[in-house]
Amino acid sequence: MKEFRHYEEVSTLVLDKDKCIGCTLCTQVCPHHVFEMADRKAEIVDFNACMECGACVNNCPSGALSVNPGVG
Amino acid sequence: MTQDNSPSPSGPSKGLSTSGIGIMPSMAAAGHATAGPDTEASHDRPGYTLCKWVERFMGTPAGQVPVIRTQLDTGDRIATALVRCGINRHRYMVAPGLYAVGQPDAGSEVLVTANFKLTFDHLRTQLPDINAWVLVLDTKGVNVWCAAGKGTFSTGELVRRIAASDLEKIVTHRRLIVPQLGATGISARDVKSRSGFRVVYGPVRASDLPRFLENKRRTDPGMRDVTFTFLERIILTPVEVQIVLKPALLTALVLFILSGIGPGIFSFASAWTRGLTGLGAMAAGILSGAVVTPMLLPFIPVKEFALKGIISGCFAATAFLVALPTSAATFVTGLSLFLFTVAVSSFLAMNFTGTTPFTSPSGVEKEMKRYIPVQLTCLVLSSGFWIYGAF
Repeated sequence: MKEFRHYEEVSTLVLDKDKCIGCTLCTQVCPHHVFEMADRKAEIVDFNACMECGACVNNCPSGALSVNPGVG
Repeated sequence: MTQDNSPSPSGPSKGLSTSGIGIMPSMAAAGHATAGPDTEASHDRPGYTLCKWVERFMGTPAGQVPVIRTQLDTGDRIATALVRCGINRHRYMVAPGLYAVGQPDAGSEVLVTANFKLTFDHLRTQLPDINAWVLVLDTKGVNVWCAAGKGTFSTGELVRRIAASDLEKIVTHRRLIVPQLGATGISARDVKSRSGFRVVYGPVRASDLPRFLENKRRTDPGMRDVTFTFLERIILTPVEVQIVLKPALLTALVLFILSGIGPGIFSFASAWTRGLTGLGAMAAGILSGAVVTPMLLPFIPVKEFALKGIISGCFAATAFLVALPTSAATFVTGLSLFLFTVAVSSFLAMNFTGTTPFTSPSGVEKEMKRYIPVQLTCLVLSSGFWIYGAF
């Protein structure tokens, strides 16, 4: 999906690394490979690929992720 | 449309339907017990029609469960083609509940899906050599990803459906395979705490399911990523056009009225001839914005969809004007037609953001704020030039 890109720096995705417990669920549910694991913590590796679908937020067990698109 | 509360607890209720879901055998044919093989005839019930894609029923500790076919028949294919053109698209569903494929037992996997018949067909055709349970959620006939976004493919619906189908009596394990794109509507942790079932997120595409199951429920790298290939885009374009038909009809009405305005206040002859020319420009815009732009999406080298639509719209408008007899347009009316085609193309291309699997709501909002004023300006200028051109 690298050839499909929309605006950059518009996503409202926020990852609070301190809260991350390293469960890897976000890396499993993200359809655009936004996250990777590094040192047992999730890391945003492709912020601009985020489409704010909310799958990661919904499944994060520790509330480390948030996404807040205005209208939707 | 849902058959959840069908009043036959002892009978094979789950695969039956009272209404014309997809293409069903007619009641008349079903009434002649001699016409079909015994297996089908024995499932006849007054007021119901056996779904063609149900092969038989199997007994389970929780009652009869329909076993579904893994091959589409001609009826399924015709209905698929129609739905792809937007016909019956919002009523194309199967009854939610538990189904079986192959010969599943208490240890077989449970695959969760949506009750859009296109989704259901897509899943079952990937499972010819697999024994599994298929738990269909009531998503009101919407596919998994969209339903997850809209909140019908949800934790609540999954938990309710697990209970309603007595799943804990049917399987001894406590594991569900949910399509990855369902994650937008599902919280694995909440499903676990409310139902005792653990959610395992499967691949994005049903076609990867057999390999996923072979891999002991592990995904290969590509299985987790969404794609948007040329074929995946082109198959969406008929519905893009179908959606725009109704607003296009209204626009055409306005167009014919605008076209009649002239030196003699209003002329029906000119409303017709100029209106038809305007209609042609609109058709060029629709073709450009709803068909060509989606097809050529990654090849038009700008980010914004509206701008992609403007670029392809310029080509479409030029082609249309070149094809027009020279007597049909002066410079001013030509300019008007050009702007009209471009505005329509840009708007519809922007509209396509809602169909793509990679734009974010924040991005789309930003684009709309930027480009709706541009599109409106084109439209107003076009109308002005169009009326001016009549004098």
